[in-house]
Amino acid sequence: MASHDAHAHGHHEDHHHHEEHFISKYIFSQDHKMIGKQFLMTAVFMGLVAMMLSILFRIQLAWPGESSDFLSFFLGEKWAPNGVLKEDMYLGLVTIHGTIMVFFLLTGGLSGTFSNILIPLQIGARDMASGFLNMLSYWMFAMSSVIMLISLFVESGPAMAGWTVYPPLSALPQAVSGSGLGMTLWLVSMTIFIASSLIGSLNYIVTIINLRTQGMTMTRMPLTIWAFFVTAILGVLSFPVLLSAALLLTMDRLMGTSFYLSDIIVGGEMLTNHGGSPILYQHLFWFLGHPEVYIVLLPALGLSSEIIATNSRKPIFGYKAMIASILAIGFLSFIVWGHHMFVTGMNPFLGSVFVFTTLLIAIPSAVKVFNYLTTLWKGSLVLTPAMLFAIGLVSTFITGGVTGIILADSALDIMLHDTYFVVAHFHIVMGMSAVFGMFAGVYHWFPKMFGRMLNTRLGYAHFWVTLVGAYGVFFPMHFVGLAGAPRRYYDYSSYSEFDNNSFELMVDLNQIITAFAILAAIGQVIFLFNFFYSIFRGPKAPQNPWNATTLEWTTPVEAIHGNWPGDLPVVHRWPYDYSKPGASQDYITQITPLEEGEEEH
Amino acid sequence: MENKLIILLVIVLGAIAVAQLVRIYEISAKLRKNEEHEISNRDNNLNARMMFGFMIAFFAFFIYLMTAYGWTGRGSAASDEGVEMDWLLNLNFVIIIAVFFLTNFLLFFFTWRYVRKPGVPAFYYPHNNKLEMLWTVVPAVVLAVIIILGLQTWNRLSGPSTPEAEKIELFSKQFDWTARYAGADNTLGLYDYKLTLDNNELALLTTNTIDSSLNNMLNGSTGIRSLQKLLNNRDTVFSDSTLNVLRTDLSRKERLYRFMTQMKQNHNAKLDASAWDDIIQKDTLYLCKGQEYEIALRAKDVIHSAYFPHFRAQMNAVPGMATRLKFTPNKTTAEMRREKNDEKFNYILMCNKICGGAHYKMKMIVVVLDKPAYRKWMDGKKKATFKDQYFPVAAAPADTTAVDTTAVVTMK
Repeated sequence: MASHDAHAHGHHEDHHHHEEHFISKYIFSQDHKMIGKQFLMTAVFMGLVAMMLSILFRIQLAWPGESSDFLSFFLGEKWAPNGVLKEDMYLGLVTIHGTIMVFFLLTGGLSGTFSNILIPLQIGARDMASGFLNMLSYWMFAMSSVIMLISLFVESGPAMAGWTVYPPLSALPQAVSGSGLGMTLWLVSMTIFIASSLIGSLNYIVTIINLRTQGMTMTRMPLTIWAFFVTAILGVLSFPVLLSAALLLTMDRLMGTSFYLSDIIVGGEMLTNHGGSPILYQHLFWFLGHPEVYIVLLPALGLSSEIIATNSRKPIFGYKAMIASILAIGFLSFIVWGHHMFVTGMNPFLGSVFVFTTLLIAIPSAVKVFNYLTTLWKGSLVLTPAMLFAIGLVSTFITGGVTGIILADSALDIMLHDTYFVVAHFHIVMGMSAVFGMFAGVYHWFPKMFGRMLNTRLGYAHFWVTLVGAYGVFFPMHFVGLAGAPRRYYDYSSYSEFDNNSFELMVDLNQIITAFAILAAIGQVIFLFNFFYSIFRGPKAPQNPWNATTLEWTTPVEAIHGNWPGDLPVVHRWPYDYSKPGASQDYITQITPLEEGEEEH
Repeated sequence: MENKLIILLVIVLGAIAVAQLVRIYEISAKLRKNEEHEISNRDNNLNARMMFGFMIAFFAFFIYLMTAYGWTGRGSAASDEGVEMDWLLNLNFVIIIAVFFLTNFLLFFFTWRYVRKPGVPAFYYPHNNKLEMLWTVVPAVVLAVIIILGLQTWNRLSGPSTPEAEKIELFSKQFDWTARYAGADNTLGLYDYKLTLDNNELALLTTNTIDSSLNNMLNGSTGIRSLQKLLNNRDTVFSDSTLNVLRTDLSRKERLYRFMTQMKQNHNAKLDASAWDDIIQKDTLYLCKGQEYEIALRAKDVIHSAYFPHFRAQMNAVPGMATRLKFTPNKTTAEMRREKNDEKFNYILMCNKICGGAHYKMKMIVVVLDKPAYRKWMDGKKKATFKDQYFPVAAAPADTTAVDTTAVVTMK
């Protein structure tokens, strides 16, 4: 440790003498703060693309079959002849929207951005364990993003089998045009993405275990770091399984193997594949797919824990219980994947086991919610935009979480599986929560990232439009689903042929949903403007804008390579000494030694 | 074209508007000289009140949606299993809606109540083991109830059907459903996908269908012999890629032919009868009120999902794998029409697993009749069995052209 300090320190001294080259500073940077910002920028761009895709298909759902200039402008004559979206492209939009949102925005963007920026800063390290691998991780992420975007422009269209790309649909170009080149690009992109995620996660784990500064014991780490730590472990254990699923799918597509294919006649062609099982793919996919939910969610919960404690001016309630519930959620997330497969033909007995394990997850989740509530209780709340987003996250985590109890119950899942009820559930609990966590993180740590402040009023405007817009989109979807509407349907007009009540409900609600979706999308312009404007022209940030206790606020405002100009800080206490009785101010930083006779929490 | 121009214009003007906003903002920021990290009490209280107001609006929105759309969209359950499921769903809903209201209320209430007030410090309260134990144990107990009730229902729903259940197969392909009733013997005939022919779409397995498939594979217009003839014709020159495609096709067909030859050798002609009396039904699925159904599912190309929203039944149809579901309709279509006050209402079978472009069109009308009407319909179908429709003259198995099963070997 000592030699590392000395080395890093010496390294830092060099930088007083020469300016870093543009390329090594901004492009092929090995500095964790710059890499974090690169992840953020790429993810924001990808998120915008995915949001635009959703607006395109929401227009079709609200006004099915009506000509829209908006659609023909973006999709052209090939995919929206006369302004009417093509059926195939609808599925393509849905698929790529899901893929980008889940993997590129919420995995790469959330974990990639904040693990990179916060891990070294909050544990008191000069940088990541391996700066080079960290850089490689970002560039692989960037490459996979580009390939995924390219797949939108190929002649046969992007992947069209839903973001879960179940074979045989995804394996047979005869079944849907997107399963040709588009699907190949999807697989290539995801393979590179998985490699990127794996390298990144290993780096985070090693950094957290080895590079904590003196006094930073595991139980003095902020909950953000605990969340990133468990997230990284989940990623390392589950992403390789997705790679194996993708690899077997590639072999079925290109080499004539039969891992997932059996007894198929498609496009008039009798295939000789025999003995494979599409269920195998689903097992492999969801073995990643479910931990993936927590890979997305845990960092958001970690960020909000930190933000809620800081802005309540109170210690997070039940710090150890919060750690225990993160660990419990992490462990349980590996033994619940079968709840996505209750009606796929999986053995019903296996289904009952998954019902049991899945519902167990509700317990640590409930503990987390009640601990957040108790943290707010008798606090002295400062409602910064970050704080509002963090509170919004707790709300969406509750609202989306409780419907999970219904979907985890296999007997009830039979009637709701693959309906809009599911779409509503996971968009609220995973999508909204993680996006709110991400926004909360951006608003809170923007001063640390860019040395400048975001505009607070615009932040408020952004929060309110997003909260109202997003709930307005996803809340009515529950009722569309209860009415029986299957997801991934291009058009619900056929309901008028057999059930007019349902048809009218779906028309009504789909128009309301689309209106809110457009509102929420326009609301993001406020954020984009605030974000990019403030990077260049925002007011200079003070040393510790939120009066927080953690180590990152002890580094200089103008970020430097190596983070601390002198020796690394020494940690004397846990990160949640807010409003401690007897203290002179309402926060005590982690580097303040315990006073005579003072007890650690 | 004009409209595209307008959209482009809107985007450009939007960008200019943003640029103007920037300038106004810059000027006003200079005037205000405020610090972005210091949240004024005014802003703080305003947002706290808005949070509380949002909660009221949010709850009102929920109650409105619940009363306006709640259960009316799908209507009450139309099967015995569905009634049980609805009971369980309602119970779960009571629990989760209570939790939803309680916790969301506390969240927004605390936000409003405990917003910073000058001179009032926050209460240092890092942990309380009793409280934490309380909200670990209470959810655990509630969940135990949910799990036990859920699994009891699940075991009944996914368990085997009674011997009285009538057997039906639902065959799915892009993008329609075909039903096959088991006929008088209530036994579905066997099938093998390799026997699929224009006159045997469901690939049923009988001595005759094996023979005609073998014959077609050998002598059909794209059969083995015509492919061989094409490849052996010295007058035609193929490009490498075409040649490759033709050779692959030939070798695949030869392989299938060998499998089918084996099938013929192992086939037990006694099994034919169970297939011959099956009744194949397109467009509309007729069911009988009060009759339990054991439904076998089959997919020809990709995964489909048989989804009966009104019977609360769903199961995927997976290529190469047998799946099943069961339910007992308990309301006729006429009864449901009266209940929903909709003369045109019909039960429906939909596809609920993404299966390609026209996925959303893949459906089949379901009609539930009372017992006498169902009997009458079934009697009318007695003369429309698989045998009557497709092999009316197949009195004896040897009726179709005899096939030389050694042909492939000798031709090589």
